[in-house]
Amino acid sequence: MARTFMKGSEAVAEAAVRAGCRFFAGYPITPQNEVPEYFARRLPEVDGVFVQGESEVASINMVYGAASAGVRSMTSSSSPGVSLKSEGISYCAAARIPMVYCNFQRGGPGVGAIQPAQQDYLQATKASGNGGFEMMVLAPSTVQEAVDLTYKAFDLADRDRNPVLLLADGVIATVMEPVELPEMKSDEEVQKIRDSKYSWACVGHKLDYANRSWIQPGQWDTVKMQKENEIAEELYKSWEKDVMVEEYEVDDAEIVIASYGISARIAKSAVEILRKEGIKVGLIRPITVHPFPYKSFENLDYSRVKTILDVEMSIPAQMIQDVELGVKGRCPIETCLVSGGNIISREAIIDKVRALVGKEA
Amino acid sequence: MEQLLYKRTDYIQEDKVSGFCPGCMHSTAMKVIGESLEELGLVDKSVSVLGIGCCGLHMDYMAADTTTAPHGRACAVATGIKRVSPDSLVYTYQGDGDLASIGLAETMSAANRGENFTVIFINNGIYGMTGGQMAPTTLVGMKATTAPNGRNPEEHGYPMHVCETLDKLTAPHFLVRTSLNTPGNVLKTKKYIKQAFQYQMEGKGFSMIEIMTSCPTNWGLNSIKALDYLEDSMIKEFPLGVVRDLG
Ligand SMILES: Cc1ncc(C[n+]2csc(CCOP(=O)(O)OP(=O)(O)O)c2C)c(N)n1
Ligand code: SF4
Repeated sequence: MARTFMKGSEAVAEAAVRAGCRFFAGYPITPQNEVPEYFARRLPEVDGVFVQGESEVASINMVYGAASAGVRSMTSSSSPGVSLKSEGISYCAAARIPMVYCNFQRGGPGVGAIQPAQQDYLQATKASGNGGFEMMVLAPSTVQEAVDLTYKAFDLADRDRNPVLLLADGVIATVMEPVELPEMKSDEEVQKIRDSKYSWACVGHKLDYANRSWIQPGQWDTVKMQKENEIAEELYKSWEKDVMVEEYEVDDAEIVIASYGISARIAKSAVEILRKEGIKVGLIRPITVHPFPYKSFENLDYSRVKTILDVEMSIPAQMIQDVELGVKGRCPIETCLVSGGNIISREAIIDKVRALVGKEA
Repeated sequence: MEQLLYKRTDYIQEDKVSGFCPGCMHSTAMKVIGESLEELGLVDKSVSVLGIGCCGLHMDYMAADTTTAPHGRACAVATGIKRVSPDSLVYTYQGDGDLASIGLAETMSAANRGENFTVIFINNGIYGMTGGQMAPTTLVGMKATTAPNGRNPEEHGYPMHVCETLDKLTAPHFLVRTSLNTPGNVLKTKKYIKQAFQYQMEGKGFSMIEIMTSCPTNWGLNSIKALDYLEDSMIKEFPLGVVRDLG
């Protein structure tokens, strides 16, 4: 299949269109401005709708509306904008409205730094809004993977009637790479997907209390609310089958790097170099950071593995909390971190691993 | 010979008992909306976006499609729905705290874009559901739990006139303020709502029907006295009538 040279943010938007996304609302914020800009050009070509919302708050709620009407819908932002969306995301989760959104993460709290970072891991995986809901969180490390995961995200969202988050960063947004784009869904397929949601979509049904569409982001009745929460918990538990993880050179590894997204891509190239030096190092790269691949860490042979090295573009380290849950204290966990929008250097990872095995450069 | 003079609207589910306070006008407002939709043959196309507040209580009682927006965001949610379902009849139903305080940006922006849906704005000058706090529409001197000595312009500014504010924008098509205080005004309100829904089906863009209502509970008045206050004070501050009709 032909490959196209594309910028990450535009490739993500094109993948969404090909997956049948026909509504996008967003508000400008670096480093993902090309996402709304691409949709603004592209959606009218496929009879889709683009709206520049007056804020992130409005944008997520427009998506809540369009997705409630049965259309595959998406929004995108970066850290502070994602915080503003959190109430709307929570409403989508509560009302079980499928939608996809992206966070191209920034380098710290507040307005942060616009450069690439991974400072929103805990927000993304543990609490993207009030109420204890969960979402699948997909973390690409290349533009190709961002494309593939975006395409898949819409299927997962529809399957579960739940929001799905693509957790990326400024590298994925701005780098240009050759990508193989997924197949464009035909107008008929897109219509079929929308029709399949007709029973619950808010589009106007025949007047009938029992069978109307009632989008309910909460309950007055405490018994019903508990029931909804229990049903949601069942869904969250079912995601164990959906765990995606890359294990690279782990079989005989004595040092195992834990890293996701862009920092994992850099860590992987460090592993290649260190292996040539005869150092037994491997990499576990969660692709779904939620559900997290705890098993990959639980199943390691700790008579062989001496150290886990957590590599993140976040200070303090955040994913380390999940790594600890998998390792369960069976070996020490070291860190190699940068933050603030600084991209982790391959040399820093290599030096850290060499130091761990007591080898000088 | 028997003649059918009046029939309750099927838009409101028959076996549901509404939880509104005695004398509250939310029930009348929804009755008028239901009758308008039925008379226009639009019930089966209708989608309501309810605000958070006493407005949201309707979700349990209505027999048609409905969503609840986060507090203040109804105009954004309605934008999303209407843009992907242009054939649906979409309206928001919001209180004054919802529409004019926390949701002011969404209201103004949807009006400014000329979104093709209808806003039903229930103005009772106070926050109903949370127990009588000050709203942007609270009258000068009117007491609220968060303005125990009454609204003081030096500290709180003046009541906000939403219709007149939106009238400064170019896009809105139909802006009107009405009330449900007399049978005559109930009929007038219905006429305006039908007009707004018709404009929407003709693709004419944004309309808002601001309905002046009472909140006996949080005004601390019985139903009759609340009606007097509505007429003597509220409607004096917020005069009824068509603010804009582009036809
Ligand atoms: C984000 C958020 N803030 C605050 C609230 C609490 N709240 C619920 S209803 C309401 C006020 C409703 O007043 P109004 O909009 O005037 O509607 P009414 O109850 O009078 O119909 C508030 C503040 C909420 N639900 N969500
Ligand atoms: S609190 Fe006020 S607005 Fe709410 S139901 Fe009672 S009277 Fe109506």
